[in-house]
Amino acid sequence: MNQIPALVRVFAYLSILTAGGGMAAFPEMKILTVEVHEWLTFPQLIHLYSVGQMAPGPNMMMILVIGQWVGGMLGAVAVLVAFFGPTALLTFVVARLWKKIEKWPWRTSIQQGLAPVSIGLLLAGCFTMAKGAISGVETAAIAVGVLLILQQYKVNPALLVVGTAVLGVFSFMPK
Amino acid sequence: MSETSAKLAGQQRVDAASAQVAVSIGEIFLEFLIIGATSFGGVVPYLRGSLVTKRHWVDDKEFVEMLSISQSLPGLNATNMAILVGDKLHGALGAIAAIIGICLPGGVLMYVVGMFYRIHGDHDFVTAALKGVAAAAVGLILFTVMGLSKKSLAGKFDFVFMALTVIAVNRLHQSVPRTLVLVGLLAILFHRPRKKQKENATL
Repeated sequence: MNQIPALVRVFAYLSILTAGGGMAAFPEMKILTVEVHEWLTFPQLIHLYSVGQMAPGPNMMMILVIGQWVGGMLGAVAVLVAFFGPTALLTFVVARLWKKIEKWPWRTSIQQGLAPVSIGLLLAGCFTMAKGAISGVETAAIAVGVLLILQQYKVNPALLVVGTAVLGVFSFMPK
Repeated sequence: MSETSAKLAGQQRVDAASAQVAVSIGEIFLEFLIIGATSFGGVVPYLRGSLVTKRHWVDDKEFVEMLSISQSLPGLNATNMAILVGDKLHGALGAIAAIIGICLPGGVLMYVVGMFYRIHGDHDFVTAALKGVAAAAVGLILFTVMGLSKKSLAGKFDFVFMALTVIAVNRLHQSVPRTLVLVGLLAILFHRPRKKQKENATL
């Protein structure tokens, strides 16, 4: 069955949810891709997102893998266009308007009002992710450790992520 | 400004004139391709290093402004910034060149990863490594959230709006658009323009 139209629908919808960052769309991405369409499992989704943190560039490129599994190369491209197209167009148009309304007092209100909501959406995404990724004391310790290290030292997050992959192999390999 | 010999002032001249100088599509694509291929661990610092420091395509003030627009709109910072800078340098075609450039390297890499993961994803070795990485990713997002909160949340009511959003999505299982509209409107109305605040509107 041709799933490309469904892929496009889902990821175009998820696209407009990414206020504040890609993570903001994560809760609904889980519902739509895992529960509704069953394109992949929740652990797989978490794995893909996690691996994506080691790749350079925009940090949601992992979504194309879902397209690849469902519809090959065409599926991957369809997902990318659907996910990045709508927001790209929106940004293109709004940025031009944004300059024009510089003096409009509500502009600041909108920016100030959307800030806590978009941060809340990121946090909600983080909690959804944590439900699948934090399964015990060890994984909780890794998450907190990463947070503390990033706050304390100026270290490249990608290096930390690679470090925790090694740590994971040593800690979680079945004996 | 008509003096062309002033080499020392060259840098500022480029800054000031950057709006007029036409940068070719090829140059835009290549620069964003490089950013897309090297920006491990977060795109923004690499964008600044390349676009502001190295190329002088945008100045620092403009960069911060574009970043704040990128953050307020849906879409990832990386791709929104590509659109804004590409558009500034070469209109719609520049924007398209920039977003394709920044996405291409990571996209190709993830495509290969996707094929590999599909075959080897259930090996103990891979599962164990990714268990560590997934936990790290949670820490990473928390760090991002804390950084953004420090920068853009003002006052305890903003934390209430943030908490309302989390509860709506995670606990009440409301859809993100509904949450965005309801809590967003509430927060915007709370931050409505007030005459007295006009003077220190930067808060």
